[in-house]
Amino acid sequence: MATDVHGSVTDTDTEPERRPYPGPVDSGAAVEVGGLVRSFGDRAVIDDLHLTIRPGEFVALLGRSGCGKSTLLRVLAGLDREIDGGVLVPRRKAVAFQAPRLMPWKRVWRNVLLGLPGRPERDAAIRALEEVGLGHRADAWPKTLSGGEAQRASLARALVREPDLLLLDEPFGALDALTRIKAQRLVAELWQERGCAVLLVTHDVEEALLLADRALVMEGGRIAYETAVDLPRPRDVSDPRFGALRARLLDRLGVEGKEGPEARETEPGTHADTSVAA
Amino acid sequence: MTVDQAVAGHAPPDISAGPVQSSLAKGEAREREEVRRGVTVADGGGGPELARVVPVSGRRRSVPRWLRRTVGPLALLVLWQVLSASGVLEADILASPGTIAATAGDLVSDGALPSAMLVSLQRVAVGLLLGGMTGVVLALASGLSRLGEDLIDATVQMLRSIPWVGVIPLFIIWLGIGEAPKIALISLGVAFHLYLNVYAGIRGVDAQLVEAGTSLGLSRWGLIRHVVLPGALPNAMTGLRYSLATAWLALVFGEQINADDGLGFLMNQAREFFRTDVIVVCLVVYAILGLIADFLVRTLERLLLQWRPTFTGQ
Ligand SMILES: Nc1ncnc2c1ncn2[C@@H]1O[C@H](COP(=O)(O)OP(=O)(O)O)[C@@H](O)[C@H]1O
Ligand SMILES: [Mg+2]
Repeated sequence: MATDVHGSVTDTDTEPERRPYPGPVDSGAAVEVGGLVRSFGDRAVIDDLHLTIRPGEFVALLGRSGCGKSTLLRVLAGLDREIDGGVLVPRRKAVAFQAPRLMPWKRVWRNVLLGLPGRPERDAAIRALEEVGLGHRADAWPKTLSGGEAQRASLARALVREPDLLLLDEPFGALDALTRIKAQRLVAELWQERGCAVLLVTHDVEEALLLADRALVMEGGRIAYETAVDLPRPRDVSDPRFGALRARLLDRLGVEGKEGPEARETEPGTHADTSVAA
Repeated sequence: MTVDQAVAGHAPPDISAGPVQSSLAKGEAREREEVRRGVTVADGGGGPELARVVPVSGRRRSVPRWLRRTVGPLALLVLWQVLSASGVLEADILASPGTIAATAGDLVSDGALPSAMLVSLQRVAVGLLLGGMTGVVLALASGLSRLGEDLIDATVQMLRSIPWVGVIPLFIIWLGIGEAPKIALISLGVAFHLYLNVYAGIRGVDAQLVEAGTSLGLSRWGLIRHVVLPGALPNAMTGLRYSLATAWLALVFGEQINADDGLGFLMNQAREFFRTDVIVVCLVVYAILGLIADFLVRTLERLLLQWRPTFTGQ
């Protein structure tokens, strides 16, 4: 479908889709996806996609609206199994969606424990809620939470599962700017403590560069571009290297960044993370 | 109060309480003055139109809700008594509340009313139980499985277009004129209402929540228990309310079928002797029982649905 659009940008791409795919092998990666295809009708939204995520790696997935980011995430979460190709994901994985999706009929702490095996103690929920700064709202009904609080509760619900892979689908998309910054910091902290692999779907380039080890751009149903984000943490938006990366990614996404043309010149290979693709 | 809107956007903010503009009518100026006394309003007459935000505590109700809910019926009673006492409403058309109260007293003291009530309540209870169980079980079966939907829903939707009161003659032929047709009629009305609402409730559960539940590792039964059924509860409660109203209606219809006890029997007997007072007592009893039932369901709703983020009225 989108191959003509895709064709014009493949020349500077990293390898993944040219790599011959031997079938999913458990190679110690947290996520191993090969030759993934997901079609709606006869339209392949995901078309021969390859992706590897190392344990503990924070990966941001960028892409235009409707390019299939959520579809990929739902496949990785095991929510969509009408697929072709190989997908290996950790048994323990957790998802936080753009909407918090708390069960309105369960108090916050019960929401956090929902679906956990065995008979989990309330204390476990409280601990997870305290981690996201929501311990005092454990007994609240979800309807009484603010947007940011609900999103943090949803995060606590994901973290209490102690996942090896955390899937985040634009979790900050609906938050106001200030709350979003706080939530991003929180995710960064929690990730550093937990050390789980994270796949963050976002449409916000800055967010991707603030948080991720590696940024992927999805286009034409596959990972059309990827770049390592070799910036020291905590990251600084005003760092010139940050600006250059941002401009390049914006350019890839079809948005002319301020430093767009210049970034295009410096692009070939310099930041592409070949070690991961290998 | 309207302030000249044309200048609203352009007037420079004037913090000092300057002279009221000549374009303001006197009444408007007075209103402005009132606002100014309570709140410091920074305008020189050129600002936008202001409306006072009345604090909710200022108009907080002092009367409890249950009391407010009884005011309407009481007012109606008083009006009726006044009409009867003034002779506008003649006794052989409709007895006065006083007479009716006296009759009610008699009927209670000789035990006729309590025993009739008991019989009628029993009919409603049994009908509600049977019909409710049938309706809920069918709704669960067709709501939770495709197979159930194909088998049950099409059938129920087809039968639904038959007015349920219309089956009385058939019930009499099938079940005679004893308890059975009355209870069957009540069950039928109840089952339909509960079925339709519970089914709609189950099918209306937010697919995103079901997906979230799946992602949390809930099994099929876990999903039903923690997501689908609680999600269907608001509809189920609505169904319960409708079906209670239906049960009462079905009771009245059913007890017209040659009853030899119960409230319907009392009424039929009274009709033969032109005792409007007894008829009204029975109607009032029906009404009160209906109100009590409604109150019980509302209480149940408040307890079970307190999580709901919907408007509850003021
Ligand atoms: N259930 C579905 N049925 C048909 N088309 C779908 C379905 N879900 C997603 N799509 C289509 O797949 C494409 C990718 O959707 P999505 O993954 O949600 O995009 P995004 O990258 O914005 O998250 C969109 O064009 C969308 O219309
Ligand atoms: Mg999406």
